[in-house]
Formats: sequence, C-alpha cells, structure tokens
Amino acid sequence: MSVNINGLSVDLPSDARVSLLDLLRDHLDLPGTKVGCNQGACGACTVLADGERILSCLALAVQYEGRSVTTIEGLTVEGSLHRLQHAFIEHDGFQCGYCTPGQICSAIGMLREVQRGVPSLVTEDLSSRSIALTRDELRERMSGNLCRCGAYNGIVEAITEFAETSK
Amino acid sequence: MSIKEAAHAVMKKAVQVAPDKWMPGATPDPLIRQKHGLIGTPVSRLDGPQKVSGTARFAAEFPLERMVYAALNYSTIAKGRIRELHTAEAAAAPGVVLVMTHLNAPRMTRVPLFGSNAKAAGGDDLPIMQDERIHWNGEPIAVVLAESQEQADYAKSLIRVAYEAEPSVTTFEVAKASSEQGVFQGEPLLLEIGDAEAALAAAPHKVDVVYRTPRHNHNPIELHGATVAWDGDELIVHDASQCVTHTAWSLAQVFDIEEEQVHVTSPYVGGGFGSKTLWQYQVLAAAASRLAGRPVRIVLSREGVYRIVGGRTLTEQRVAIGAQADGRFDALIQTGVVGMGRHNNMPEPFMLPAKSAYKSGTFRLQVEAARMDMVGNTFMRAPGEAVGTFALESALDELAVNLGMDPIELRIRNEPDKDPTSGVPFSSRHIVEAYVAGAERFGWNQRNPKPGARREGEWLVGLGCATATYPYYRMPGGVARITLTNRGRATVSIAAHEMGMGTATTQTMVTADRLGLALQCVTVEYGDSHLPGVVLAGGSQQTASIGAAVTAAHDALITELLKLAGKESVLSGLDSEDVIGRDGYLCDIHKPDRRESYVSLMARIGREQITVEGTAPPPLEFTHWSMHSHGAMFCEARVSGVTGETRVTRFLGSFDCGRILNPKTAASQFRGGIVMGLGLALMEETQFDERKGRIMNPSLAEYHVPVQMDVPEIDLIWTDIPDPHAPMGAHGVGEIGITGVGAAVANAVYNATGTRVRDLPITLDKML
Repeated sequence: MSVNINGLSVDLPSDARVSLLDLLRDHLDLPGTKVGCNQGACGACTVLADGERILSCLALAVQYEGRSVTTIEGLTVEGSLHRLQHAFIEHDGFQCGYCTPGQICSAIGMLREVQRGVPSLVTEDLSSRSIALTRDELRERMSGNLCRCGAYNGIVEAITEFAETSK
Repeated sequence: MSIKEAAHAVMKKAVQVAPDKWMPGATPDPLIRQKHGLIGTPVSRLDGPQKVSGTARFAAEFPLERMVYAALNYSTIAKGRIRELHTAEAAAAPGVVLVMTHLNAPRMTRVPLFGSNAKAAGGDDLPIMQDERIHWNGEPIAVVLAESQEQADYAKSLIRVAYEAEPSVTTFEVAKASSEQGVFQGEPLLLEIGDAEAALAAAPHKVDVVYRTPRHNHNPIELHGATVAWDGDELIVHDASQCVTHTAWSLAQVFDIEEEQVHVTSPYVGGGFGSKTLWQYQVLAAAASRLAGRPVRIVLSREGVYRIVGGRTLTEQRVAIGAQADGRFDALIQTGVVGMGRHNNMPEPFMLPAKSAYKSGTFRLQVEAARMDMVGNTFMRAPGEAVGTFALESALDELAVNLGMDPIELRIRNEPDKDPTSGVPFSSRHIVEAYVAGAERFGWNQRNPKPGARREGEWLVGLGCATATYPYYRMPGGVARITLTNRGRATVSIAAHEMGMGTATTQTMVTADRLGLALQCVTVEYGDSHLPGVVLAGGSQQTASIGAAVTAAHDALITELLKLAGKESVLSGLDSEDVIGRDGYLCDIHKPDRRESYVSLMARIGREQITVEGTAPPPLEFTHWSMHSHGAMFCEARVSGVTGETRVTRFLGSFDCGRILNPKTAASQFRGGIVMGLGLALMEETQFDERKGRIMNPSLAEYHVPVQMDVPEIDLIWTDIPDPHAPMGAHGVGEIGITGVGAAVANAVYNATGTRVRDLPITLDKML
C-alpha cells in the first residue's frame, strides 16, 4: 500500500489511526504542512489530493492509497518558488508564516474550482458556466483558511495577481 | 503605599524633573536625518522564501534521534485534590515509554513568576505536578510519552482519575466581593487628581455607564509546542517563544542548573500575541524527557492551549465623564474590576489610555483585581489598551451625542498640551493631524449624526470613530553584538524575536543604514538564548530595545575601528560621532569625501573580523517624556435590519507612530491589529462556565476569530513624523492596531441603528 507524495511513492503507515497530516509531519519529516487545530477548523493543514484541496488533519493516510498528494514542499521545483509563492512575498500575504502553506495550497485548489464553474455562497448566477473571480468570490472561498496575524488583504492581493497573470 | 512603591515613586519623580540632556534620546538618533537609505522604503520579508516554501522549521518540527511524542491529561475540577489516579493500563498500552504524574515527576523548583525577576518568565508560580493539589480546571495531571502521537493520545485516554473537589471561586460576582487593588509594573493602578466624583456631580453634561468585555484567547495558528532534549545536564529547547532568554533563565531555576546550561532557540514563531511565553508544557516536556532519557516533541492540542495557556481576562469598567456645554471635561472617571488568577499578577490595566488621552479638571482611574480559581490570565495584544479604549472611546461617543457635538471635535477640544496626569511634556503627539487627515480620507463629513438615518435595502449603515493609543516602552536589558568582517559584511547578534512582526527584516534595514552597507551585506541573528541581551517581544518594545542596543554596539564598533586604524587612515583624529557610514565607507560627517572603506580599514588593521558588544542605556526616556503612539480609527458598519448581523464594510487607520521604518511590514502590523480588533468587537469570547470554572469553547470551531470574509480592505495612512527621543525616531507598531477598534465599531453600530452595545462582542442577539 502506498501513496504518492510530491511525485515520490511512499509506504502507508501500518497504524490506521495515522492522519495524512501526521504521516507528512511526523513520519516523512515534511513539516511544511501545518497543524493548527487538528479538527478541520483552521485550514493550516490544506494539501492537494489529485489537485483538490483537502484538510489533511481530517484525512486518514490509508484512505489515500494510490492517490497523488502535493504539499507546499512539492510546489517548489528545484529550489525555485511557484509564482503564487512569489506573489505572497511581494504582497506581504503573511506575517508569522504559519498558515501560509495552507493558504497557498488552498488558493491553488480554489482557483481550479472557480475554473470548473463550481459555485460558492456568493455566486449570483448558479447556472453560469464561468464565474468571475471577484473580491467577494475570492474572500468567501478562502474563508476556510484562518490567518490570526490578519494578513487577509495581502492574501487577496497575492491570489488576485497570480490569477490575473495566469489567464 | 509600600516602601517599594514609595521608592519607585521617588525615582520616577527624579527622572521626570532631571535635565533633558541626561536622558537617553536627548540627542536625536542621526538616522532620523538620513533621508536616502533603506528606512522608509518597502522591503519584502527576508525570511519570506522559507515561509512560503514550508522550509522554515518551527518549534515542533525538529526531528531528533529516539524522539518520543507527548500527550497531556487535564484536570476537570477547579480546586481540590486528586484522590485516585490509575495509570497502569496507560503505561501498558502499545508504544508507551512513560506515564508521568505527581507521583513520579522529578522534584522541581517553582517557575519564577513574570515580573519577579528581570528574566522571570512564568505565567504563574504554581508547583508543576509536584503534589496531588489542583488549582484550576484544566491543570495538567499526567504526561504520556509514546513512540508515536497516536499511541500517546490513545494511552492518555486510558488514565482514570477521581477527584476530591473543594469550594472554589469561579463566579465573577463572588470574586468581586473581595477584590484587591491592581498593581502593574510596580505601580498601583490608581490615580486621583482632584475630587472627580464631586466634579462629575456638578457638571452640566455627563455620561456615567458601565462597559463589559469578555475573556479572549490569543489563538496563534501555531499550537504551543516544543522539542526538548537533555545532553547530560544541558537542556536544549526548540521553543515557540517571545522570550528566549527569560525562558532559559527560568528553566534553569526550575531544574537547578546554570542559565548557560539551557539553550532555547526560536528562529520562527507561528504567532504569539502575548501567549508564547513559559507555560507548564515546556517544563513538563523537559521533566518527562529527563525521566525517560529520550528527546520529546510536545504539541498542545488546540483544547490544550485553552486549558493551560492563559488569555486576556474579563473586565467591567465604569466610565463617567462630566463636561461643560462646550465639551471641556471637568471629570474623567474610569474604574472597575478585572478577573485575575490566584497565582499570577496581571490586572488587565484598562485605565492606562485615560492617563494621557484627554485634559480634564479632575481624574479618578482605578483597576481592581478579583481573584478567581482559573488558569493565570496573561498579556494579550495591547493588554489594558485594547479593552480600555473600548470603554473610554465609547463613552466619548456617548458624551458627544449628549452634547450634540461631533465626536472628533469633542476629542480635539480636550486635546492636552502636556501629559494631563504626569505633567511631563509629550515627546511626539500628532493625533489631531491624524484625525484631520483620516476624516478627510474616510469621508467623515458624509456621516449623518442622527442614528438610523441611512438605510440601503435591508442594511442600516453607520460611521464611527475612536482614538487608538499605545505607549512607547523600552525595557532594560538591551545588549547587541556586531561583527564586522574584512569583506565588509556585518552581523548583528541579539536575543530578540521574529513572530511575524518583520523585526528581522526591519532591523537588517536599520543596521545597513546605520553602517552604510547594502542590505545583503548585513545579517541579523536572533531567536536564540545564547545570543546577547534580554529582549522581550512584548509591549511593542522590541524595535526600541534593539535600536538602542545596536546604537550602542555601533558606537563601540566605530570607536574600535578608528582606534585600530591608527594614524595612517585618512580618518585619523576623528571620533565616532564625527563619522558616518555610507556606501561601504566610513566618512567624515562634515566632509564626506574624506573617507575610507570598511574593507580598506579592516585590511589596514589586519584582522579577519572585529566583534564588539554594546549595552543600551537605562530606559528613562519614557518617564521623562510622555511617549505614546496614536491613531484615529474610522469604521463603516452595516447592520441588517432583518437579522441584526453586523458587517464592517470599510475601515481606515490613521496613525501617528513616529517614523515608519518599513512601510510594507508596518502596514501588515497595523492591519493585523485592526483585524484582531474586529474580532474583539464582533465575535471573540472565551466562554467560561461559572459553575465549574471550565472553558466551554476551547476550539477554533467555537471561538470565532475573523475569517477572510469578515475583513474588508483596510485603508491605512500615517503621519511619519519621527519621535526625536526614540531610537530611529520610531515606535513599535505591533499593538496599537487593536486599540480603538472595538469602540470605532460600536460607535458605527450606534450611528447605524441607535443601539448602544456596552458589552462585547456585538453579536446579533444584542441588536434585536
């Protein structure tokens, strides 16, 4: 039984209680994925499973057999930062940096959801195939990622810039 | 007044009346005049790449050989004793290495209580797991160490406890009956000038109301945690800390070893806000590690943080203002009671803003503390000011309504020309400018003073404002080391902290400007107890503390360079104050062409590097001058006429905080404070079960903090006027942002609806 983490095949733990989060942090020494509550309330542990954002604290590692998981460490390619990571630095989208890996992974997953036309609470036309990434759409969709330092404005700027330059 | 308090008062008076020239900061920092350096330019965080890529290692992320994982059990009664404790089943569970309770914990000295010594760090001074006594609901009673976190967590669930409860005080009303005078930083929180009650009674206009604020928890997203290991009698602690030196010294007392034998590192801290100090978890992890002979990783659960790390306490504040028809104050009264733990000393000093905010004929300010059986309450972002400004600035708004006067005009009318209670001059106060500029930018003139007059669909819209204020502090203990190499590179070493404030980046900029080196030629080392200095990241004092220490070290470095360079150098004969660093050179301050590069000087001296240390002068300046940061906060709130829900749709902070060193990181500090202030205003409350003394919402699901959707685009402006008496002309900006926000929101809600909420948070049930 194995799971693919950032392109490498990794054995799943024999203890079925191990969360995907603890597999990453404790077993694989990939501490870029953070723990803020361990109960799905803060978003710090967000990773991408086959491109979808998930909360790794609420996921048992064994459930991800055969799946591909990308963590913050996997976004950096040969030491060079992802454009969204650059944008977070440029717009000061963080202070302490602890929620940041979760924010960045969440934003990447979120932008794919918008692209696919998945509506949110603030989407006005639910039947529309294309959703504009307004400030409110972005804020609503990123509200599952808490930032206690309050870098929310910078996070919006960073994601907006990245989304606009990715078109 | 005790002898200690009397001595304190005499010393204070002496510093107040001493000549200016004896004071630190009497001569403005030369950096204030320097206009073309890095200071004032927006520089991105130097540790940004590590933080965005997940390569920054936080406290609980150091893997050590043979490391085990810890889990804690917490008491479920507020006071009494453990009658029975069954741990055999837990000890026999798979993977368990140790179960530690009071029965087998090593003997330890109590943690020195914060404030009892210059390096004391304890949130309380209770014995830790030394006997069967229980002092609060949530006190740790057992530590389990196991090979994995899952095994430790499971084994912990197998521990069975029976308690013998004793009568406890967990209701505020009962505790208030025997409240005591609060004492903060050696001074009683009591100030009386004239007969304020009589002046209030005689005043033609008055407000006299009571405001309440609940308990709050800091909730940094990084859980409190540490990795600890013993190497013989040496203790290594990778901690999440805003006080590495204090923690090292205090742990040395606990384990009866030398201070140097404890090494605390904390290069990254995932938010602190006052909470990342020394609590029981570091002590318990170290004790268990010693007993088990294994390194320990301990990470509190979110519930665990609520159980054993104190938060901000509740307050009940009476504010009474008596005024003439033209708005001038005859009486300013702010008195009340705060809850306080039985084994700590933190009487949330809500009266502090009122000491310097307004001119008044008379004053009566007092904070009393009501002891309760609860986890020791502690400092949380702008302790005192965050909740004190809610009450004071709401009362100002109420008085303005009473007088039919614009609330900004009322504030300006009571603007003091010197500190209204100490009588000493202000070092730098431009709050009127901040109000004028803020009102202009926010469109204050569009506000209809009549409440409930503006409706947009289901939403009632209102504008409110309030004053923000936080003191300039500098604590004793600032020491910095500078090493200059023959390649013209400098390293500053100081036991300071970076929790996201931008300290490391900003101090690198400042040092580069001071030495006249490029940014990439300067490194700042911090977050390590083996570095020089005692520099608490608290009270917004780090900027000043580091600034004063680096100034002293810089002076020592230049003196040493000039001495060693000798007569051959073109700079021969000049003193340290006659030279200035620029573009990698030391230059004659009056004839900048007369210069020699650091590289050339070092070659002439023939050394690979020179290392000096400098000690900051005693921090007397903020007693001699009244030194504060100021701000004018403007809020637009919308309240649903259907549900009573409040949304903040616009916010402006107009600040006067001395010179802004790095606009990029300072803006994030201001915004971060304002966001936490929005939480204080609208949602944050630690719910305390007064029957059992237990916190009922110990989770991020039930304690609500602002999320992305709660926060509008926050606009900021600042005066950027240097404080001539502060290092770099700058003030710390970490705490002022949260002050005034509660009142600005409450005043906007009043303007929108006509409903005055005097007990925070402003939840929708209070609007119906």
